[in-house]
Amino acid sequence: MAKAGYEIRTAIARKQISAVEAVEAALAHAQALEPQLHAYIRLLPERALAKARAIDEQVRSGQTLGPLAGVPVAVKDIFCVAGEITTAGSKILENFRAPYSATVVEKLDNAGAIIIGKTNMDEFAMGSSCENSAFGPTRNPWDLEGVPGGSSGGSASTVGAITVPIGLGTDTGGSIREPASFCNIVGVKPTYGRVSRYGMIAFASSLDQAGPMAGDVLDAAQTLSVIAGHDPMDSTSVDIPVPDYTAALRTDLQGVRVGIVSEFETEIGKSDPAMAALYKAAYEDLQRLGARLVDVRLPHARYGLATYYLIAPAECSSNLARYDGARYGRRVDGDGDVFTMFERTRAAGFGDEVKRRIILGTYALSAGYYDAYYVRAQKIRTLIKQDFDAAFELCDVIACPSVSTPAFELGAKTQVPVAMYLMDYFTIPMSLAGVPALSVPAGYVNDLPVGLQIVARAFEEATMLGVAHAYERATHHAQARKPQVALSSSAAGSGS
Amino acid sequence: MADVPIDIDHVSQLARIALTKEEATRFSSQFARLFEFIAELQALDVSHIPATAQAIPLLNVLRDDEVTPCLSREAALENAPDKEGPYFKTPRILE
Amino acid sequence: MSQQTPVQDSTRYEAVIGLEVHVELSTHSKMFCGCRNVFGAEPNTLVCPICLGMPGSLPVINRRAIEFLCKVGLALGCTIAAHSKFDRKNYFYPDMPKNYQISQYDMPLTTGGSVQLPSQKIVRLNRIHLEEDTGKNIHAGGHMATSDYTLIDYNRAGVPLMEIVSEPEIASPEEAEEYLVQLKTVLLYLGVSDVKMHEGSLRCDANVSIRPVGSTTLGTKAEVKNMNSFRSVVRALQYESQRQEEAVRKGERIVQETRNWDETRGLTYSTRSKEQAHDYRYFPDPDLVPLTIEQGMIERWRSEMPEMPLTKRQRFVSAYGLADYEAGLLTSDRVTADFYEAATAESKEPKLVANWMLGDVRKFLEKHGLTLATSLIRPQPLAALIKSVTSGNISGKAAKEVCDILVAEGGDPQNIIEKRGLAQVSDEAAIKQVVDEVLAQNQDTVASYKAGKVKALEFLVGQVMKASRGKAKIEVVRAMLLERLG
Repeated sequence: MAKAGYEIRTAIARKQISAVEAVEAALAHAQALEPQLHAYIRLLPERALAKARAIDEQVRSGQTLGPLAGVPVAVKDIFCVAGEITTAGSKILENFRAPYSATVVEKLDNAGAIIIGKTNMDEFAMGSSCENSAFGPTRNPWDLEGVPGGSSGGSASTVGAITVPIGLGTDTGGSIREPASFCNIVGVKPTYGRVSRYGMIAFASSLDQAGPMAGDVLDAAQTLSVIAGHDPMDSTSVDIPVPDYTAALRTDLQGVRVGIVSEFETEIGKSDPAMAALYKAAYEDLQRLGARLVDVRLPHARYGLATYYLIAPAECSSNLARYDGARYGRRVDGDGDVFTMFERTRAAGFGDEVKRRIILGTYALSAGYYDAYYVRAQKIRTLIKQDFDAAFELCDVIACPSVSTPAFELGAKTQVPVAMYLMDYFTIPMSLAGVPALSVPAGYVNDLPVGLQIVARAFEEATMLGVAHAYERATHHAQARKPQVALSSSAAGSGS
Repeated sequence: MADVPIDIDHVSQLARIALTKEEATRFSSQFARLFEFIAELQALDVSHIPATAQAIPLLNVLRDDEVTPCLSREAALENAPDKEGPYFKTPRILE
Repeated sequence: MSQQTPVQDSTRYEAVIGLEVHVELSTHSKMFCGCRNVFGAEPNTLVCPICLGMPGSLPVINRRAIEFLCKVGLALGCTIAAHSKFDRKNYFYPDMPKNYQISQYDMPLTTGGSVQLPSQKIVRLNRIHLEEDTGKNIHAGGHMATSDYTLIDYNRAGVPLMEIVSEPEIASPEEAEEYLVQLKTVLLYLGVSDVKMHEGSLRCDANVSIRPVGSTTLGTKAEVKNMNSFRSVVRALQYESQRQEEAVRKGERIVQETRNWDETRGLTYSTRSKEQAHDYRYFPDPDLVPLTIEQGMIERWRSEMPEMPLTKRQRFVSAYGLADYEAGLLTSDRVTADFYEAATAESKEPKLVANWMLGDVRKFLEKHGLTLATSLIRPQPLAALIKSVTSGNISGKAAKEVCDILVAEGGDPQNIIEKRGLAQVSDEAAIKQVVDEVLAQNQDTVASYKAGKVKALEFLVGQVMKASRGKAKIEVVRAMLLERLG
């Protein structure tokens, strides 16, 4: 059974396999691994098989096929899918049936991709380990005692387990890139505004972006080409043409200036020496491909964490106000008073991390504190953006760590929230600046995957993907080993 | 400067979340470490810096005044935890 | 409420009133989504994921709402902001689907401007901004205080709402009504709202305080809400300013609070203290992007504006030689004004048209429960009717009958005249015949007249009119009789 999305699509187009076969295989694999991984909140076999039959009919009648025709994909349960339960990983929405589909879901449907299920996630995208899901944590296919990362942990896990070649996640401060790093896959956070947010349950509106998570850069690039583009339903989506990102996938880096961030190198130096060594080797690999390494500075990046943990909670405190049990979702009785109903519904329906961030955000916006916290944070955000602008005068892309560690054990960081927040140290600044960034497999530390982050200027995803592709083709890190779940699983039909 | 300045009772009321005493205490101590990071922000001179409300600057995104199909009432009410006839239903409002 | 010294009886007090008027704009679709914007639909049938605040939904600004508000700003002499934006006003309420309202805080679309009252007094405006309306709470049993539960209709949620805030420069309840009437006229002229208070497309809250006459400092204000008609506004403001004056005279302190007007009991009562103001935590809505309004756009809007009531009124006086009050009545709305001008253009008799429109046409509209807009009468037929009278084709009395029919059913006056045989007979030969018959049959009355009884002539005129079934032209009859009787 083919593994990569483009392989599956080609095989279907050539009638070597049917879409139904591809989807059935993916569903069987997912189901077999669920007891170990719990990557999914809900599988959608009926919807998937109906769509698969439709694709097979298209093939039979010789119609033009979409670029992802017949490819099984998984989407984070943050994306509304019409007629299906969409939970955002929260109890408060555990019975919410969406009356419409997210724009990116419609784009995947129109491209022929087949959504086989809604993946697990940290509740309302708040978290870096998938342990904040109201429906239990997801596990890492590379270490079943380890976290897959978050908040797009379920998508990372199922793609990392090679159940599906492509998943959709969202990234607000690192929620695609960090799990991609932990699960040995490619994860892309596009430029803010590149991909529509309509139908994507909001966490922090000025930071959230949907992005592809895939087994390789080519699949990620193809998916980005499908989901990117202006959407009149999203006022913050940008009206710039979407290039064919697959056409930009180079194999050498002659003439490319790669920025190495001094502050980040100092920071990674404080981690396990194996991490610093891995990244040093990665930068040397880039050089061997013809890139010129350039020192750049992001002097305000160190303020990223605090800045992010004022802006994101502020926006989320407002975005999550609508979850009150009045119009949809779970309701808890309020002794005959609607405000008591709101208070109890929200207390019962939200987990700890969500409550913490709502409290923090409400505080940061409140009278007397708005200027000192929210406005100040937005100004520091400007400084961080200016840092990137200055850095990109000197280089074409930035290369840096995705995360300071490989995947940690379940429960290791749940006691101290800030310990968890630090997992986004290297990814937050790019989110604040709005620039595109991705994580690509870069090797292993303590037998666990580690990703390399590539960052580009706004709307230069093609450049970024090109560099990642060249690096991937030269190093083949993801293919070097097999995930633990593939070694321990005895599922039939899991492919070879 | 590890003092946590948040009046959690007041803020949780603004946010309409009924926290338990235990939660209020626990969150308070959990915020302490984060506020150490946040305190570092106070030291920066941002007096001449404009606030970034949006990462990618856009202006004047508008739509034409055209009617598009609504949800059917059944679809609109489908997820309602409580309803009566064509209405959403909640407990009464006590000011 | 601390006691202060009771005030000298001789102090005179004046009311200081500011009005916040909310106007629903009559765009086709809602402010941030494409749901139809119309009153009176079945509950929860004009809703979508966006105006219901469903997870993942996003707002997109309706450009016509911006245009409408800016045109109101131009009509009222406001400054249109070069830069504007939308902010979130955060608070929880069951009729608010997102538990925040998209509104404008510190960068409203317009500032300044004014409303001129008929007395020539100018009431300055503070600002006009745009926001989205909320849904409607229906309380079981009709009263918020006694119902067990609340029923909610979100049809109205997301309708574009324009908030016009005046400076506290209105000096009396009567002035407040004048202000509202002026505002309503301007809004109807621009066609941006149907401004029906009974349907909620015009809503009014007032800030009321009192102070000794001659003082320039403002007293503590109370906010008065729940006034559902212009009359309610006047009554409520009268009550509230009276209540405050009585309180102050007794040495009581006025509390800054919100008070509801109770129409049935004729009083205001305290709802919640404004001192416990909501912390709305305003911040720029991150789902929307800012607005810049270019001079070119403003000029284009200005060129699209219709002539405003005051200008039109002044033009009617100078162009048509009308009295100011006549011009005022004829320009009270655009339908009437346009009708008048069309009829006058056709008939070339501005004074006559004015008399007819303000007289019989108005009377018959009222009789049939119609307005000029809903009636089938048209300017050209009215002009033709007026011509029929001036040319002597029909009598004034017959013309009224035709006018009644035109208002009730529309049509062409000539057809009506013919169908009903209302044409006056001017033919002298025909009239002479009838005069001869009447004179012959009323010899004794003729004798009375010749003996000096002048009134006998009117009897003879009446007889001729009766014999001709009212069709003879009365002036000809009288002239002929006078001639015959010597």
